[in-house]
Amino acid sequence: MSSFWSGWIILLTAVSLILITWILFANRKREREPDSTEKTTGHSYDGIEEYDNPLPAWWFYMFVITIVFGVVYLLAYPGLGNLPGLLGWTQIEQYQQRVDKAEERFRAERDRYLAMPVEEIADDTAVRKMGMRMFGNECAQCHGADAMGSYGFPNLTDDDWLYGGDPASIKATLVNGRQAAMPAWGSILGEDGISATTEYLMQLNGRDYDAQQAEAGAAHFATYCVACHNADASGNQALGAPNLTNGIWLYGGTREQIAHTLRAGRHGKMPAFADTLTEDKIHILTAYVYGLGR
Amino acid sequence: MNHDKVEKNIGVMIVLIIVAISFGTLVELVPLLFSSQVNEPISGLEPLPALELEGRDIYIREGCNTCHSQMIRPLRAETERYGHYSVAGEFVYDHPFLWGSKRTGPDLARVGGRYSDAWHRAHLYNPRDVVPESNMPAFPWLFENELDGKSTGAKMAALRAVGVPYSDEDIAAAAEAVAGRKEIDAVVAYLQQLGTLLKARR
Repeated sequence: MSSFWSGWIILLTAVSLILITWILFANRKREREPDSTEKTTGHSYDGIEEYDNPLPAWWFYMFVITIVFGVVYLLAYPGLGNLPGLLGWTQIEQYQQRVDKAEERFRAERDRYLAMPVEEIADDTAVRKMGMRMFGNECAQCHGADAMGSYGFPNLTDDDWLYGGDPASIKATLVNGRQAAMPAWGSILGEDGISATTEYLMQLNGRDYDAQQAEAGAAHFATYCVACHNADASGNQALGAPNLTNGIWLYGGTREQIAHTLRAGRHGKMPAFADTLTEDKIHILTAYVYGLGR
Repeated sequence: MNHDKVEKNIGVMIVLIIVAISFGTLVELVPLLFSSQVNEPISGLEPLPALELEGRDIYIREGCNTCHSQMIRPLRAETERYGHYSVAGEFVYDHPFLWGSKRTGPDLARVGGRYSDAWHRAHLYNPRDVVPESNMPAFPWLFENELDGKSTGAKMAALRAVGVPYSDEDIAAAAEAVAGRKEIDAVVAYLQQLGTLLKARR
């Protein structure tokens, strides 16, 4: 703030304080006049009149106290323009102190866990408690408070992992995020091809299927799908291509839903946390998620 | 001074009331209008592109700001949850501000990039689909309503009049950039850029 505006604030604040004090004292009626019970302001509404008495002393002194408090407060804390205040308090400094205090208290413990392998700490009670809190804030919106996932957001409590369930893979998912890329096959396969491939997927999962269509679907699968999902449809965790034989469907397992996935493609995205969470917290979160899957 | 005179002379009373209440404005508000801290954008801050601008207007229309604040205070509990505290320079192009004063839902000042677009779409279509315990209303009509972009350029011109540096090209291209897009696209685009300029690992 420029010194002009600083001076402006100081001057106007002082003027207003002086004015308030002057108005208060200049209008003060000190004593009740001897026979004042008879004296009214002269207002009369529907026969109701108003006594002209002095301000109650408690009210008057409360007012004086608020003015004194205001002056002391403005001197002690930053308020008068650029003046820092006698206590030297700042909002950001107070914030920083609290952050530092928390760091001091929790950092050592988190660092201790950071030095230990994920497998070892995944069952640690403290790690699970910390991890649960972080999961609640960072992950639960998509994966659910129970980590069971929902439509389009994977269940983290089962053994089926899109990008791998070992600690290194989980950590990589958290740090860098993931971007799935299932292309849309609608224009290439046509509606007949989509429905044939859907029947083949039904067959792979041991559900009722149309044998003739499934045979055609198997040919489509061998041409278009095996590159990512593997010849046996077991998927490829390096690409995030799911296993298509275990009956777990991220986007629903009905014929319509599977056909829609084939037709329009899917682009599931896991956000990256490298910029928002520190390494030690990501480590603990990794351990928590790893522990969920066991 | 005799207060009877003030109370009986309404003209004097009006003048004195204006003097009394203008002290607060003159001390607390006027110096801010000239303060670099609130007038200079933080580095990287750009005016909202056309689609995001329409998204912001839908955000206002649907009253999102009545339940979601966009202001992270410098308190550890808040920065642990939401990220770096908000700074004045982030809001230089916001007219009006959407800081809000009530959090029925979480603060959204740094929601950008936190969830995928697909999550936002699912969540706005029906919040219970992804967050079963949510009490946020559903906004399914955003998926049907289409933007025509007729007034987008005019909105940008109005914002330029109050100091948002839109170029003539921005304004000319605005209608084309949003026409035919669904409202949901605009809202998600707006949400995904919120607060992404300041990053702090917590």
